[in-house]
Amino acid sequence: MIAVLRWLWFWLFVRPVAYVFLGLNSHHAERLPRQGPAIVVANHNSHIDTLVLTAMFPYRLLARIRPVAARDHFARHKRLYWFMTNVMGVIFLKRRNLRPSDGDPLAECSAALAHGDILIVYPEGTRGVPERLAAFKPGIAHLAERHPTVPVVPVFLRGTGKALPRGEIVPVPLLCDVHVGDALRWHGDRGAFMRTLRSAIAALAQEGQVPAGGVAPAGLPEPAGSAGYGEGVSALRRSNMVSSQRFDTTSWRRM
Amino acid sequence: MFDALTPNVQIALAGIVALLVAASAGVFVFNRLRPDNSCADLTPRLRSWWLMVATFSATLALGRSASLVLLALISFLALKEYLSLIPTRRIDRPLMLWAYAAIPLQYYWVASGRYDMFVAFVPLYGLLVLSARAAFAGQPHGFLRIAGSLNWGLLITVFALAHLGFLVVLPAAGNPAGGSAGLLMYLVFLAQFSDVVQYIAGKSLGRRRIAPRISPNKTWEGLIVGLVTTVVLAAALAPWITPLDRGEGLIAGLLIGLAGFAGDITVSAVKRDLGVKDTSSLLPGHGGLLDRVDSLILAAPIFYHFLQQIHYGGVS
Repeated sequence: MIAVLRWLWFWLFVRPVAYVFLGLNSHHAERLPRQGPAIVVANHNSHIDTLVLTAMFPYRLLARIRPVAARDHFARHKRLYWFMTNVMGVIFLKRRNLRPSDGDPLAECSAALAHGDILIVYPEGTRGVPERLAAFKPGIAHLAERHPTVPVVPVFLRGTGKALPRGEIVPVPLLCDVHVGDALRWHGDRGAFMRTLRSAIAALAQEGQVPAGGVAPAGLPEPAGSAGYGEGVSALRRSNMVSSQRFDTTSWRRM
Repeated sequence: MFDALTPNVQIALAGIVALLVAASAGVFVFNRLRPDNSCADLTPRLRSWWLMVATFSATLALGRSASLVLLALISFLALKEYLSLIPTRRIDRPLMLWAYAAIPLQYYWVASGRYDMFVAFVPLYGLLVLSARAAFAGQPHGFLRIAGSLNWGLLITVFALAHLGFLVVLPAAGNPAGGSAGLLMYLVFLAQFSDVVQYIAGKSLGRRRIAPRISPNKTWEGLIVGLVTTVVLAAALAPWITPLDRGEGLIAGLLIGLAGFAGDITVSAVKRDLGVKDTSSLLPGHGGLLDRVDSLILAAPIFYHFLQQIHYGGVS
């Protein structure tokens, strides 16, 4: 039954939504792992991030794909939780109030990697502000340290937070960009590994940016690229912008 | 399977396939002679052409409904590319959904032959709903930009492109030689052919650029060679798959060539304004769908209007 659900989920939902409803512009998709074990590390803006990443893998790898999600966020919804665990292969992580009695929070991730699975990890830990890289949680470095031979593939997603941002229910059909980087490997130091990983994703964010060619005509309220959502301004630069900017409900981003 | 197509249209389709075979053979030889060639994108470009011609012919052969579904899908993909490129705010999300909702309605008017609704729908109801909805959102900052760019995009990708659909639903009795598919094939073939000839002529003998800041590859030489070829071909093909005679075909060819160029350069200007090279990566070698149908955007309504004036009595 699970196999049938998986087949239906992939062919009738994941692929059509990703490639027809949304549409993906993928850059260097060939750098995605073609076998496990591996860790795919991406920025996180939307619930459709996981859908987009799953769609980019061939069906034969579907059973190997293990997205890592926050338990507290999904555990309330019993049916969804069941579906995510059994059909999507999600590994739930306890994010808050960790006690020593909980044991190793990453045990299930480790077991999956040992089993040859491909983890999808969002080290920002939450969807946050679209396309602005938040601080990375260190769990990913612990995993890489425990599994030093497993390749860690950085991915930058753009547009998913625009198609279905946090707090919205109805997705809008919009194209999404997926930039895949070269695989990284553990090199012995957690802090350095986190910095390498972060700069790799920030570099991918830069990759797709064509400098805004058009100069905004005088008199327009906002320059091209600032009111807009991604044009011309890199995620890195956006992440460094003054903290007074808030993502509110009236605008994608107000300056 | 090909019952929906008249013999003349079937031969015309075979002609297009022959052109593609010749082009593929040419590219194959070219790649052999110069393995380090500078036109590496020719192979994916041709592969995409094969795919597009196969899809287009198959849906034409399946008949009217299939053609309309394909055209509605093209409108959807084109609008999606456009909305993904333009700057939008979070409060514009409902507006974008309203814009998408125009597609099924617009093609419903096409399918039911309601030209009066078809021609008024986007310019009238689209304008009303999008503008009022944008105002109701209550954020004056950026209102004109979003109301303007959404209405413009809807005109281009839904209103204009849907004219291709209206060519299919014109009474087949009015076009015994080409049937309902003949006019659509005539327009699409000539617009794309003109585009390719302009590109090739511009590359090989282009000197004087028309609008270097908008589209550096467009040259006067390319445009003139493209126009002459298109006009000659249009006159030759007209009696064969359309109700037009040779003289009318000549004018149609000129209109299609000029409007095709205008559409092409318009989409280029949009891309320059937004700082992108292609509208998406849907069609390897070509860019996005909007890049491919740009020459049809203005050619479709102009050709339809011309046809209506001279052959369908000014009203439909």
